[in-house]
Amino acid sequence: MSNYIKLIVLGLVVLFAMLATNYARDMAYLVHAIIIMVVSAGLFLHTLRQTDEPQVAAGAVANEYFDSVVRAGVIATAFWGVVGFLAGVFIAFQLAFPGLNFEWAEGYANFGRLRPLHTSAVIFAFGGNALIATSFYVVQRTCAARLWGGNTAWFVFWGYQLFIVLAATGYLLGGTQSKEYAEPEWYVDIWLTVVWLAYLAVFLGTLIKRKEPHIYVANWFYLAFIITVAMLHVVNNLSIPVSIWGSKSVQVFSGVQDAMVQWWYGHNAVGFFLTAGFLGMMYYFIPKQAERPVFSYKLSIIHFWALIFLYIWAGPHHLHYTALPDWATTLGMVFSIVLWMPSWGGMINGLMTLSGAWDKLRTDPVIRMMVISLGFYGMSTFEGPMMSIRAVNALSHYTDWTIGHVHSGALGWNGMITFGALYYLVPVLWKRERLYSLSLVSWHFWLATIGIVLYAASMWVTGIMEGLMWREVDANGFLVNSFADTVAAKTPMNIVRGLGGLLFLSGAVVMCYNLWMTVRRAPAKEASLTVAVPAE
Amino acid sequence: MEIYTLLREFADSWMLLFLFVVFVTVVLWAFRPGSTKVYQDVANIPFRHVDAPAPQSGVDTPAASKEART
Repeated sequence: MSNYIKLIVLGLVVLFAMLATNYARDMAYLVHAIIIMVVSAGLFLHTLRQTDEPQVAAGAVANEYFDSVVRAGVIATAFWGVVGFLAGVFIAFQLAFPGLNFEWAEGYANFGRLRPLHTSAVIFAFGGNALIATSFYVVQRTCAARLWGGNTAWFVFWGYQLFIVLAATGYLLGGTQSKEYAEPEWYVDIWLTVVWLAYLAVFLGTLIKRKEPHIYVANWFYLAFIITVAMLHVVNNLSIPVSIWGSKSVQVFSGVQDAMVQWWYGHNAVGFFLTAGFLGMMYYFIPKQAERPVFSYKLSIIHFWALIFLYIWAGPHHLHYTALPDWATTLGMVFSIVLWMPSWGGMINGLMTLSGAWDKLRTDPVIRMMVISLGFYGMSTFEGPMMSIRAVNALSHYTDWTIGHVHSGALGWNGMITFGALYYLVPVLWKRERLYSLSLVSWHFWLATIGIVLYAASMWVTGIMEGLMWREVDANGFLVNSFADTVAAKTPMNIVRGLGGLLFLSGAVVMCYNLWMTVRRAPAKEASLTVAVPAE
Repeated sequence: MEIYTLLREFADSWMLLFLFVVFVTVVLWAFRPGSTKVYQDVANIPFRHVDAPAPQSGVDTPAASKEART
């Protein structure tokens, strides 16, 4: 019966997409209509072939974890990671060598179009897939229950990939609402909302049917991430489409209200997507890899609530010296500084989990990766509050220092903890005894670490240089440097930054090879193979 | 009174107090007597049920959890 409803819905979607293809007012919308038409027509045929066929009993798998979607998530994470890093390396070299903004690709592959592609690819495609995959893995293990909702988890996975493809193609073709980290246009936003609510339903459903009486702390962080991102996404993307047949939309908020909503969203995307979600990862995978429980569970509870209570107020520090009232920026600044406490509390909690097992740092490169991610977490959560102070922000804002800060957080903290989680997950999910090569993990570790150090150091130098050059005035009060002077002065640092990115990217490629060979070549786990890998 | 002023007034006083009290209560709750024992147990959740969910038929006794803990 449900197949008939599916067929009707898919048929209507195909029909609508065909109409949209015909009436499309702009290129991005046209391409998206074609993508949606092809995808839903394919799904229609797929559903049709299964309709009225004998069904496989669903009860048989209830005593197994739903891991196939996690495996797909691991593959997607590694794939989008490499894509996102590659885009980043390319645009870094576009800044160093403007000739790479090719004449023939003007309007599609110049820096302005590729930059949101890079940020969304690493944050939402790489980070988002990592969060969805690990949250599905962790919530099942810590609730001792199979994922709720059957194939809804697959809907979340594929729906999210469709969102990524729509977002990425939209950027290249100019379908963007120009909101940082929220560039996709209205219909892509609506689609993401649908997928995200399904994600929330799967996660909550699993929590509700849990067999462990207590909800493990990692799930608290994941749940906060899912709920808050839903709220942020909906409010920040309140917009009215100009036409149902076009991608352009107009924001509901305007002026300083829009700016405040944008940075309330933007900073909490950092706080709840890149911090709370990844802390959920940290609270599961570090104890697992270290083979000992978290250092202090009480501290983890205080860490959670302090982070939740504080982060939501920190957004205004992005709007110092703007039309935003002083009280609001002061509020954002004060809360950012207070955030030092929970951030460092969480970092200490993660690091001290290793107490009594510090020797693993020498013997296990995966734990080394997780520990350096905490190191970068501590470093960037120290740097961030400092940069939010109004006087420091006067120097650092609009310079490359900000970009360096973001990358030490994103590459160092989010990247490294995700790599650690992937190295943990692949042998477990594919029932392998161990990773293919630990020395390749070491190679990855050093390539990535040196890459980040090159990146962050060059951005500090160039950021402070820019800040100082922009504010330099002569005896008569005239500005000494033009903007182009700072651009010229930045070239060497831009090259170093590109090289740092290249090292980080090659580390990720080494990881992909290692994970691939783990699945292909590493010895299978004998005991687990008596139970066949569920095909699902 | 303007709605903005009203909300400002409320946010600055009662809401602030309420959120602060909730936060302090949570912190105190974490240190309630007997919490150490509870948290020692739940901190080990990641080490149970690694390969398969808990059995369906309702009898999720502590003994079963202990067995899976090894």
